[in-house]
Amino acid sequence: MSNIPKDLKYTKSHEWVKPNADGSVTVGITHHAQDLMGDMVYVELPQAGAKVATGKECGVVESVKAASDVYAPVSGEIVEANAALADAPETVNKDCYGAGWMFRLKPANKAELDGLLDAKAYEALVASEKH
Amino acid sequence: MGHRTPLYDNHLKMGAKIVDFGGWDMPLHYGSQIEEHHKVRKDCGMFDVSHMNVVDVKGAKVRDFFRLLLANNVDKLKTKGKALYSCMLTAKGGVIDDLIVYYMDDQWFRVVMNAATRDKDMAWVNAAAKEFGGLTVTPRHDMAMIAVQGPNAKEKVYQALGEALRTPAGALKPFHAATVGELFIATTGYTGEDGFEIILPAKAAPFTWQMLHEAGVPPIGLGARDTLRLEAGMNLYGSDMDETTTPLESGLAWTVALEPSERKFIGREMLDRQKAQGVPRQLVGLVLEGKGVLRNHQKVMCNGAGEGEITSGSFSPTLNRAIALARVPAAVKIGDRGTVDLRGKPATVRVVKYPFVRNGKSCI
Repeated sequence: MSNIPKDLKYTKSHEWVKPNADGSVTVGITHHAQDLMGDMVYVELPQAGAKVATGKECGVVESVKAASDVYAPVSGEIVEANAALADAPETVNKDCYGAGWMFRLKPANKAELDGLLDAKAYEALVASEKH
Repeated sequence: MGHRTPLYDNHLKMGAKIVDFGGWDMPLHYGSQIEEHHKVRKDCGMFDVSHMNVVDVKGAKVRDFFRLLLANNVDKLKTKGKALYSCMLTAKGGVIDDLIVYYMDDQWFRVVMNAATRDKDMAWVNAAAKEFGGLTVTPRHDMAMIAVQGPNAKEKVYQALGEALRTPAGALKPFHAATVGELFIATTGYTGEDGFEIILPAKAAPFTWQMLHEAGVPPIGLGARDTLRLEAGMNLYGSDMDETTTPLESGLAWTVALEPSERKFIGREMLDRQKAQGVPRQLVGLVLEGKGVLRNHQKVMCNGAGEGEITSGSFSPTLNRAIALARVPAAVKIGDRGTVDLRGKPATVRVVKYPFVRNGKSCI
């Protein structure tokens, strides 16, 4: 059973998005995504200052099994990447919604956040992929 | 639903992530494949390998049969219980499967073959046995197989399954087996560590698995089994060799017995020809110099010597870097550098001699 926190937003490409008080959003990959991939061995993240576009790849997670792109949930500018993941990629498996966060970004257009999936819609997506 | 081993329910109870492996529902891991890998290198772990195909072949001329069937020479098996690793070849020298054959007695050899190749193996062995005559070929569907591997594996087996095993099993040299009661215990494995592979009645498997677990032996899935065998430089059938490659092109020349030259075995002509004309390709080890993971089927540009292909690529938890086996042109030398396309970016690999890891220690 996948763990899908109610207070987060989601993408169809299995990122989670958490709005912060300062207007930025924190992004990571979901429990379902890390479970499908298995043990992470390598995480490549965007640099602070990088401009990213909605739905475009901006990072890579690589597990023992496979490599997968990480996509920007909305357009904007990267504020900070989680440098701790370089030496401890397994954090993504152990705590994907907490210490395993990947980057923070400042959305170019806040309205874009409304287009993301809520927990219920994401749960339905995960369920549909299991069949 | 695929085939299930007698330990399927045990796997579910232990939280296994089940995947299809050659038509079998098998545990990929029980939480973390990398942690399982480290447990085997540092302590011990147990693997359900009951999907492997255990076959007993009996008859007065059973030794002559295997002398013909296998690229390695069963005449090396002089004492009862001794095991031999070999390839079984097509007439053109391609590898049908790799296997272990045990000399049980003068009229009985036991073979352990791969699971995913079961149907074609049985068709081949049955046809060859029929033509040879006077043999019975019996797949042991009534048997299960548990591998216990790691530096502390043997001690844990004695603790779990009884001190009575210590003398007969502890006395076994590598690649030997002994029958103790209902257990067939062999000092073989697929991890590069000390340990046993135990063939036992299917009915006894769940209880035995439980006893081992209670003695502190953690279950290990197929994911870690693959990274352990890759670090140990052991070939995987279907990845590192198949019917389109000979053993000489697959790093398995040491398993081919071309002497004595008068021994006829299936596939011999091709191997003799390759030996005389030079083997065009070889299997080498690769280590990735930077970050990332090497994957099966990636092309390797071998600076000036042509192109090769990764046959088994993964991440080595022991070395904390990507490693691979690759089939490359014969001119490539140990220490050469090559280039692999990693998701659109060129990455440098170094050609190394394998194994990468033996008995928990780096060899590179």
